[in-house]
Amino acid sequence: MKLSEGEEEITAYLSGDIDHHSARDMRERIDAAVQMKKPSLLRLDFSGVKFMDSSGIGLIMGRYRLMSLYGGIVRVVNVPDELERMMKLSGLSALDIMERRVIKREAAK
Amino acid sequence: MKPQNEMDMSFESRSSNEAFARCAVAAFLTQLDPTVSELNDIKTAVSEAVTNCVVHAYRDTIGKVYINVKIEENSLITIKIRDKGCGIENIKRAMEPLFTTAPSDERAGLGFAVMESFTDKLKVSSKVGKGTTVTFQKRLSCRVGNG
Repeated sequence: MKLSEGEEEITAYLSGDIDHHSARDMRERIDAAVQMKKPSLLRLDFSGVKFMDSSGIGLIMGRYRLMSLYGGIVRVVNVPDELERMMKLSGLSALDIMERRVIKREAAK
Repeated sequence: MKPQNEMDMSFESRSSNEAFARCAVAAFLTQLDPTVSELNDIKTAVSEAVTNCVVHAYRDTIGKVYINVKIEENSLITIKIRDKGCGIENIKRAMEPLFTTAPSDERAGLGFAVMESFTDKLKVSSKVGKGTTVTFQKRLSCRVGNG
């Protein structure tokens, strides 16, 4: 995972597999950066995510809560279409943080 | 009916084994030539069940997780994930979406809902103090002939 900081924003480029094990490290790194900078926007970029179980939903919800504390917002962007089902199931769409544009990935096997 | 192929494995309930477990099950099933999407569904369901063992069944301890995978006729697969952990007091409640007993660990409370949605059939049996067995089934599209 890479973090990039703009003037008022942080983007976390999530990558690889997101599960209960890997989510812990991502969470700690994102939260440390957010607490330092207190940005108005935290962007979670999912384009590099190959696999995600419901730990990814916990990761989004937790960052949503954290950013709310600072009066900031979260945007979830570049969600690969194979993760759409999990996102839908989670009911996260009710929070209006999902960017509609979904990237298509070549069906690699 | 006798399965066409069967696999058993066991490992310690360490979170680093979550990826190992879903990848091992997926590797066993590649002989059926599943689609990427089918394999992803199964990996997701396995990941949820194993995470439950790590986070809940053996909370604050390390125990063994047992996985049994059976391949039957017409690419019907049955996966059993068993632990000898604390057990579930109220299964109905545990299966409700968004219910979790580990919010501090940022669990979304979606584990069973995901398993239900990503497989064809889900069964949970549990005894407090004895452990839990989660069984799910999925029929794959079967692109290769049997055998």
